[in-house]
Formats: sequence, C-alpha cells, structure tokens
Amino acid sequence: MHILAFLIRRLFQAVIVMLIISIIGFSIQDQLGDPLRELVGQAVSVAEREALRDRMGLNDPFWTQYLRFLGNAVEGDLGTSYFFKKPALKVILAKFPATFELVLGATFLFLSISIPGGVYCAIRPRSWLARFIMGGSIIGLSVPIFLTAIFLIWIFAVELGVMPSFGRGETVTMPWGWRTGFLTRDGLLHLVLPSITLASIMLPLFLRLIRAEMMEALGTEYVRFAWAKGLAPRRIWFVHAFRNTLLPVVTIGGLQIGTLIAYTILTETVFQWPGMGFLFLEAVNRVDTPLIIAYIIVVGLIFVVVNTIVDLVYTLINPMVKLPGAQG
Amino acid sequence: MALLEVRGLEVAFPKGPHDEALALRGVDLDLDPGERLGVVGESGAGKSMLAFAILNLISEPGRISAGSIRFDGRNLLTLPAKEIRNIRGNRISMIFQDPMMTLNPVLTIGRQMVETLQAHRRIGWAKARKLSIERLAQVAIPTPESRFDSYPHELSGGLRQRVVIAIALLTDPEIIIADEPTTALDVTIQAEIMSLILRLCRDNRVGLILITHDLSVVAEVTERLMIMYAGKVVEEGPTRQIIDHPGHPYSRGLLAALPQRVERGQRLNQIPGTMPGIADLPTGCAYHPRCERAIAGCHIEIPELEAHGSRRISCFRPLLAGAEA
Amino acid sequence: MLSARAFTRRFFGDPTAVGAFVIVAAVVAMVVSAPWLAPQNPYDPLQIDIMDSEMPPSWVAGGDERFLLGTDAQGRGVLSTIMYGTGVSLLIGFGAVVVQAFIGISLGLIAGYRGGWIDAFLMRLADIQLSISTLMLAIIALAVFSAAFGPEAYAKLAIFMLIAVIGIAEWPRFARTVRASVLAEKKKEYVDAARVIGLSPGTIMRRHILPNTMTPVLVISTIQVAEAIVTEAALSFLGLGMPVNRPSLGALIRSGFEFIFSGSWWITLFPAIMLMLLILSINLLGDFMRDTLNPKLRRGDE
Repeated sequence: MHILAFLIRRLFQAVIVMLIISIIGFSIQDQLGDPLRELVGQAVSVAEREALRDRMGLNDPFWTQYLRFLGNAVEGDLGTSYFFKKPALKVILAKFPATFELVLGATFLFLSISIPGGVYCAIRPRSWLARFIMGGSIIGLSVPIFLTAIFLIWIFAVELGVMPSFGRGETVTMPWGWRTGFLTRDGLLHLVLPSITLASIMLPLFLRLIRAEMMEALGTEYVRFAWAKGLAPRRIWFVHAFRNTLLPVVTIGGLQIGTLIAYTILTETVFQWPGMGFLFLEAVNRVDTPLIIAYIIVVGLIFVVVNTIVDLVYTLINPMVKLPGAQG
Repeated sequence: MALLEVRGLEVAFPKGPHDEALALRGVDLDLDPGERLGVVGESGAGKSMLAFAILNLISEPGRISAGSIRFDGRNLLTLPAKEIRNIRGNRISMIFQDPMMTLNPVLTIGRQMVETLQAHRRIGWAKARKLSIERLAQVAIPTPESRFDSYPHELSGGLRQRVVIAIALLTDPEIIIADEPTTALDVTIQAEIMSLILRLCRDNRVGLILITHDLSVVAEVTERLMIMYAGKVVEEGPTRQIIDHPGHPYSRGLLAALPQRVERGQRLNQIPGTMPGIADLPTGCAYHPRCERAIAGCHIEIPELEAHGSRRISCFRPLLAGAEA
Repeated sequence: MLSARAFTRRFFGDPTAVGAFVIVAAVVAMVVSAPWLAPQNPYDPLQIDIMDSEMPPSWVAGGDERFLLGTDAQGRGVLSTIMYGTGVSLLIGFGAVVVQAFIGISLGLIAGYRGGWIDAFLMRLADIQLSISTLMLAIIALAVFSAAFGPEAYAKLAIFMLIAVIGIAEWPRFARTVRASVLAEKKKEYVDAARVIGLSPGTIMRRHILPNTMTPVLVISTIQVAEAIVTEAALSFLGLGMPVNRPSLGALIRSGFEFIFSGSWWITLFPAIMLMLLILSINLLGDFMRDTLNPKLRRGDE
C-alpha cells in the first residue's frame, strides 16, 4: 500500500472523527447556556431579545446553525470566551506551551527510566534490582497521581522549602510567541515537581509494558535460534529482542494519550500550572461554554493527530507492512 | 574417540514444588566426523530435548541434571560461556523446525546471515555479504542478491528453510543438528529440502544429527539410527539393520505403523495405548504396558542398552534374528 | 474451576490476602457504624462549632482530645469526616462496578454469542472508549453536566452522576472479558446440544454460558472497585465530583489541600492515608483473586 494512499486514508478518517467531535461539541453548546445572557443585560424586553436572537441566527434550525459553526471553526473561530472576552481558540492556544513543556519534561523522565529499566527487568528478572524496580512500580501504580503531587508538595515545598509549589515561575517569550520555562533556572525549578508527578504514573505503566513485551520477545523461537547461532548476548538482547519489543510498545503506548491528557489536567490542577487543563477546569467553574467546547475540540484534534502519527510510525518501523518505495 | 560423545545425559524439569521429573533419562550418543545419525521417536520422547541439551540451550525451568557432552574432547557442560558461544553456530549448527518462527521478522535475511559470520570470525560486512550470497546460491535460492535484502515474511516456507540451512552452513560447521527440518513445510517440498540437506552434508563432510518422527526419511538419509521412547534410547545401530530387522518391540511397532507397510483398504497398524508423559512413567521398562512381548520382569527393572551385534537394544526380550517373530 | 473449599484453604494460607481482607472488612464496619460510632456527625450544622476550626490531632501540641485527628476549617472533626466520607467513596465504587458489570456482561454476551456486525460494532466502540480512557471521558462528561445543571443542582445529583458516568465509561473491560469467555465456550459441545434442543439464544446465553464466564468476572470485579474508587477520588479532587457538604475521600482531600500551606497538614493527610489504605487493600485482594482463580489474566506481570 502506497504511503500516500495510507496518509490520505488516515486523513479522511481523521476528518470524519473531527466532524463527529464537532457535532457533539456543537450539540453541547446548543444545550448549554444562552449566549444572549452573556451579551445582553436584564433590562432588555422579551421582544427585543427575540429580535436579537433572530438576527444572531439563534432561532435557525439545528443544521443551519451547525454548518455556520463548522464554517467558523474551519477558519479558526471557535466562539468567544465569556470570561476573557477574547476568541476561545486564542485563549486555549496561549496556554498550550505550558502544557506542552510539562508533558515534554514528564515524557523525557519516564522514557529515560522505563526503557532501560524495563529491558533490564526482562533480562534479569530475578535480580534484586529487578525485584526492587517491579515492587516500586506497584507502589507507583497504586498511589493516585494527585496524592503523589500533594505529597511531593508537602515534603519539598512546605516542609523542606526547596521547591516552588505552584505556577511556572519565570518564563521567557520566544520571538514567535512561545513562552518557555526551559531557559531560566527558576522556570526549570518550577518544572521539576510537576514533571515528576506526571512521570510517576506513566513510568510504572511503561516499565511493566516494556518488561512484559521484552520477556515475550526473549522467549520466542527466533531468539532461541539466535542463541543457537552463538551470537553475543548483547546483540541478542538489543538487536533481536528489543526491536521486536518496540512494535507493541509503540502501539500500546500510543493508546495512553487519553490517560496522559487526563493526568495532565490533574497535575496542572494541583500545581496551578497555567496550562490548558487548568484553564478548562476554570472554564467549567465559570460555565464559560465557548471555552469548554473549544477545549474539547482542541483535545479531540490532539487525540486524532497523535493517533495518526502513532499509526504512521508503526507502519514505518514494522517491516511486515512494508510500503513499496523502500527496498523490498 | 568420536567427535561428539554424550554419556548419561539427564534433563530434569520441576514437578510440583519439591520434585523433579526427568525428560531425558540417561542418554548416550556418539557421532563420528561426517557421520549421519537419525534420532527417531514420538512427540515428547525427548528428541528435541536432546538436541537442545547438546548445545546447552535447555531453557528454564528445565536443567541438565547429569551426564557429559564431549565435543572434540572437551565437556561442553563445563565450558565457560564464551567458549560455548564459540561452538554454537560455529562448529555445531542447528536447524530448527519452523522457519517462520526461526527467523526474526524485523531483520533482513542478509543481516541475520552476516551477524552469524561476524559473531564467529573477524570479517567485514562486504566480505560477509559475498559469502552469504554464495551460500544462498548453494541452497538453490534464486536471485540471491535481492533475497539478501528481503525480510523473512517475503519468502515462502520452503525458501525460508533453505535460508536457515544456508545459515547453518555459513561457518563450515563440523556437525549440523536438524530438528524436524521438514515437518513444518509443505509435503511437496519436504523431499526437496531433505535431499538438499543430505547432499550438502555429504559434499561438505558435515556430521548430521537428524531428529524426526518420520521413519521413511530416516531410511534414506542416515547411516545410523537411534530410537527414543519416554526419554530413553531403546534401540540404536546401523539404520538399514534396524529398519529391516527391528530389535526392540517398539521399533517394530513403529515400522509396522508406516502407511507403506499396509495394503490399500487394510487398516493401519497401530501400537495400542500412548506414550507416558514424563510425570507418570510406569515402573521398570517404560514401554511394557503397550508391549506384546512383555514378561514378568519388565515392570520391575529398567533394561539397559545391551549390545547385540552392531546394535544396542534396551529390552529383556528383544526380537533377534532366529528368535521367535 | 476452583472449589469453594480449595479457595478458602488457599485464602487462609495467604497472609497478605487475609490481611487485606481484614482491613477492607474493618473499613466497611467503620463506615456502617459511623452514625453510631463517629464522635460527631460533621454534616449536621448543629454539631459543629466554628471555634473548633483547624485544631491539630490530639497528640500534637494544641490538640484537643475530643478530636483525635484534629479538625478542619469549619470545626468538623477529621475522624468523623473520614468515617462518613469513606462511606461515600465505597458506595460510589461499588455502585459504579455494578453498573459496569451489568452493561459489560450484557454487551459482552451479545457480542460474543451473536458475532457478526454487532460484535464488530461493539468492539470498535469499546476500542474507542478504551483509547479515550475512562478518566478523560468522565472529566468531559461531568464537566458538561456540571456546566449544564449549575453547581447547586449538580451537587444534589453528583452521587448518581458519578456512579453512572464511571459505570458507563468502564463497561468495555467487563465486556471484553465476558466476550472472550463466550467465544471459548461457544465452541464447546454443550452449546450445540442446547441449540439442537431448541433453546432460545437468550436462554442459552443466560443459563449455560454465563455461569462459565463468572470466574473471570469475579476476578476483575475486585480490581475494578479499586479503580472506580480512585477515579471518583480524582474527579472529586478536580471539583467535578462530590460536593464539600457531602464529601467523599477525594473531596475531603481537595478541601484540605489548601491548608497544607498554612501548616494544617492533618486535614488532607488523614483522608489521603485512608484512601491509600483502602485502594491498596482492595488491590491486594484483587491480586489474590486473580492469582488463585485464573493466573492467565495477569496483565503484563511475570
């Protein structure tokens, strides 16, 4: 199957999914709250209200309103936030760098520990280190993420006073508008506890996954054959077994995006990290409907994009679904 | 002294929390340079176990609990890991049963061949590639240069097994252990592959241990034959002799069960009963419950392999020429 | 299938399982007896005094022996709030699993037995739900509901919403397990025999296949209760769950969190410990069930 055909097909599927999400989003918006309430005071008469509704198109049939919504959405207009009085999409995207850097920090942390850790635990399952790591991972999985966060804050921020307990700290705004916390010591310091928190729940997940897949790979016939060929253990572990571990790990790991986004919301809440998740919860509290819908749509988009990328990566690294154009 | 000398090999598996059951119960095996030996038996008799044990590839929780394996004078069971790796895949090669499972699906054929060469001698990639392609041609793989860059799933079963055979020959081994090399293949190519193995072993003077449950194949390929039952060798000797005049009742039963031995329309001969699992072996000779020649002593003592001419048979009442049929 | 006798024998032979069970039983006993044994009813405005607010546990300086674990900002005894709050958490946990099990088992039976497009459709739906993840689904659903109903109305409905949402979000796990069992059982002879006799599919499913799928269902039920409790705690912590005046453990932790910074650590710490204890014990019990009844269900363990 040609790579272009694959991309087009996935793109098509992605568009369908986004349409469904937009319908759901719009339906919710339609039911929730009355935009008129926000725009117009109480002293306006009922007749004038109705006239205004007509003019704004709020009395049009569902599908007409939806198509209007869709048309606006495609141009990037997802409504205007009641609270901020600014375009909802802009408000959300302004918070994107914060969330992204948090996720980046956490991902770096948990990948750099879970990959070597999982591989080691598979190769030497009965060593004390492996038992210790696996035992620790059970603890990590049992502690709810927000408790980890609270605990970390209590110990390091309150009792010991060595870490900041909320916010991003000092950020630097890049020329293209991205506010980053990576370039200042203060910013990096603020990143530490939240990243550790988010990593603490993803780490055991990936650790066990990699260990299980690696153990499965190590038990296969072709690995046995590799031993029979007299290959060096290092080569057997890292070339033969590990390559085959990557495939299911990418697939299953890619499925964790939903969990990751949910945990990010929790982490941002505890640390008052000014990201999209925190914004979303504030919008819920304020019943800022356009912002709520806009967030759902943005998250839906992220979801679809990530899933498509994961599929693409899997197709590229799995020789059994080889696309012509590469060496056959 | 033989090139490969196995004495009293035992392989044990845990049975319950405090006990062990023996999958191999004291097996002896001799192989001279260039000799072709067949190992025959039902599934579970211990043939594959023997093959893996020779290369010390018994995987947990099994273990080699007794015996010695001398290759070229040295006991493989006491060698350090590095020395064993020198022998595996280098001086003793192995061919597994199912080529789809044997080759790593995410690596090209070429890489899997070159890594074998590079694991055992100092050789650059280009030279290794050249050698590999030569071997691929030797095993009659068409367009070997392009196959070199193929992935295993792009080849048919027969071609894959040829690749595995090529890999086995890459390092000019002294012995090839072939564990049911044609069982997983299409019936139509089984003969081809078998004759390929035979020809290559004869031409290169490579010793062969052919493990199979197929007696008809063994007759054509091997010079000597070992028949296994429930973890023990029950008869061994020159192939022709055993096939023409089986000495152990089990051997006779196996041969009689061959479809070729029966007229069309007649029922196939079957040995009644089934082979016991390692965990519930009867006392004495493991075959006696199914044996039509069993006598009183058969369930008390385990018969040892005794020489009868150029053969060895472990039976208290073997079928010998001149004795009753 | 393990006999009841063999099961009990294994259970009593495993100190971890027994210990975990004892803890869970003790917690349930505590919850059930709360109306009588709790030092006060913290949700009865007549029983609390704002003057008692933010007092530390009784063994710390400044503590009061009336309030063993200290008090919160309203003067409620933390021990009492925990006793009541744990009950709410448990109720939601069990309730959600009942809903999940009911939906999941039904859909799993149908998908497995019928096959065809129903099966394909249901499994696709399950896949989508699993990839979005329960927590995310719950957050979005509850966010929308709480925005729609407004805080007061939502507070009244919260407990039902939580049970419903967590229940509906997690049906795929039960459905998948049951479906796998059904597919295995479908191949067996007794199903053909029942069909030949002329029993309706519903009867076959209910009377014959269902009992054979109970073992895996039992195994995952226990772990799912712990999952549901954690999910509810997270949702309440976000403010999308139980309200402050009828809190679960998660809501208690939420309202106590800000007081960590002013030094009143006990308001959040004790509910947190209770939550952890509960989750850990139920998980250990679930592990025991899984190991005893069906080791093949291990998810990526050794």
